[in-house]
Amino acid sequence: MSPEARVKSNRDSSRVANPRLEIKRSPSDVPLTDVEDVEVFGVQDLSVYYGSFRAIRNVNMTVNQRQITSFIGPSGCGKTTLLRCFNRMNDLVEIARVDGKIMYHGVDLYHPEVNAVEVRRRIGMVFQKPNPFPKSIYDNITFGPKIAGIKGSMEEIVERSLRRAALWDEVKDRLKDSAMGLSGGQQQRLCIARALAVDPEVILMDEPCSALDPIATGRIEDLMEEIKSEYTIVIVTHNMQQAARVSDMCAFFTAEVNETSDTRTGILVEFDKTEKMFSNPSDERTENYVTGRFG
Amino acid sequence: MGTSSKALTNSSEFVRDRLRGRRFDTTGFLFRVLLLGTLFITLLLLTTLIFDVVSGGWSVLSTRLGSFLTGKLSISATTAGISQGLRGTFFIGLFVVLIAFPLGVGAAIYLEEYASRSRLSRIIDVNIRNLAGVPSVVYGLLGFAIFVKALRFITGPQSNGATVISAGLTLAILVLPIVIITSAEALRAVPDSLREAGFGVGATRWEVVRSHVLPYAGPGILTGTVLSLARALGEAAPLILVGATTGFLSEGAGYSLSSLQERFTAMPIVIYTWAGRPQEGFRSATSAAIVVLLVVVLLANTVAILLRNKYEKRR
Ligand SMILES: Nc1ncnc2c1ncn2[C@@H]1O[C@H](COP(=O)(O)OP(=O)(O)O)[C@@H](O)[C@H]1O
Ligand SMILES: [Mg+2]
Repeated sequence: MSPEARVKSNRDSSRVANPRLEIKRSPSDVPLTDVEDVEVFGVQDLSVYYGSFRAIRNVNMTVNQRQITSFIGPSGCGKTTLLRCFNRMNDLVEIARVDGKIMYHGVDLYHPEVNAVEVRRRIGMVFQKPNPFPKSIYDNITFGPKIAGIKGSMEEIVERSLRRAALWDEVKDRLKDSAMGLSGGQQQRLCIARALAVDPEVILMDEPCSALDPIATGRIEDLMEEIKSEYTIVIVTHNMQQAARVSDMCAFFTAEVNETSDTRTGILVEFDKTEKMFSNPSDERTENYVTGRFG
Repeated sequence: MGTSSKALTNSSEFVRDRLRGRRFDTTGFLFRVLLLGTLFITLLLLTTLIFDVVSGGWSVLSTRLGSFLTGKLSISATTAGISQGLRGTFFIGLFVVLIAFPLGVGAAIYLEEYASRSRLSRIIDVNIRNLAGVPSVVYGLLGFAIFVKALRFITGPQSNGATVISAGLTLAILVLPIVIITSAEALRAVPDSLREAGFGVGATRWEVVRSHVLPYAGPGILTGTVLSLARALGEAAPLILVGATTGFLSEGAGYSLSSLQERFTAMPIVIYTWAGRPQEGFRSATSAAIVVLLVVVLLANTVAILLRNKYEKRR
């Protein structure tokens, strides 16, 4: 199937209205066996600048469908910066500028004709600090589907999204209560449910557990395992055990000091199967990092 | 020896001694007294002021409040009323609410949510701040030149433009920069994480502003705008320049639309004029008028607080 055709099939409106499981079984979709190697993102020679400061340079990588790809590396090496390019969230930072390409199913995300709002409907995001809307739990979930013009029962969408985010049982009796009354872990799962509610293909997660206790973290990791068969996930994490536990592919970044100025620019050091990254990395810097000798 | 000294410093006797040391924090105490003092002085000034006007106007307020509120201006202090002043102040408030609020809030939303952080937007920002500091007399001159003279054919050809329309427009312009600044500050207080949450599920800028930013900033915008309303209701200087008067007011000036083009007065002008009258009776009438104006402003603030509480509960 050509990349363009795939984007079309992803746009198929029935996908939105029906539960995903049905769609997976539909003949038009990819057979599960070769799912592994379907490229969702192709990053080509990507550099990102904030003003004249180059935050990351010359990143090349691919993100595959229905896999969990993790980004690890020391603070300030540009993991968040790269992640926020995947759904054009960096557009909101006025001084940010992108050089190079990010292909999404073969379509250049930064092509002038691509609408960033459409991109973000397809590629959802979960932020470092849980940021539910200061509204009811119900309204948190329904906002996305409503503005996307998704027809169908909102009650159903709310229940399905909350179930997928493993939050339904805890909040089903208080859907009208404010989301601000939830615990941090519950808020973050609500944010995941909110992202799932618009039925995106990809979910980007920027250190989603960094503000959570180990139990809440465990629940979110379980949840990622659970939904991974249906979504492509890219996660930034500071926690190397987490990267080792949940991800299929792992990218290690580090920051290099620039010769001409006193700034540091992030580079992708190594990108491979998580297993290999943690057992037998090719680059010494990766080894030092994952064994805790650095950063 | 290492172990024994460690044992010594860890003995509960020693720890207790250390923890018990409750030294008196002199500077902290003085600072606290100082802060309390400033609060006390402020409250004292305010209560003195209020006590002074209430006791001064008490003879009027307690004996003929009804006729005072509904009566017309008069040279006799015992029959003089403030209905025309209240009328003018009402219309000025209406103009501010209908013109300055939408314009100011709209401009603030554009500046904060849409405009790029260019040099031009910074220049505009600084200049709006400067405008907020321009003395009100200057706005009065502006109002005189534009509304009273140039636009006389609209504001009131029969009254030489010295009408409540001119006054309302002038004061709307006077508070416009304040409305913009306070609204912009309320918008700036909206956390970016909230905007990102909205954009993250595929909302457009307008959807983010409408559904998340404005509800969050609403109470702050409301508080700022109502404070600026209070400011407009209390201004006298610009009104004098646009020709507010206490004489030659038309008999029938009521609350009809056509009455907008007639000569007018407003509460601050009434107070100003009466304060200059030599007769003893006008002293208490002046104080009573001040009390009424204070109550009007307080009412506006109360409405704002009630609205804000209603809004905030929904968060
Ligand atoms: N909005 C921004 N404006 C300017 N510089 C930024 C901005 N965001 C991040 N940076 C800079 O880009 C570099 C990479 O940051 P970031 O992507 O947050 O790294 P990480 O997520 O790996 O810790 C840092 O040097 C940071 O200071
Ligand atoms: Mg980061």
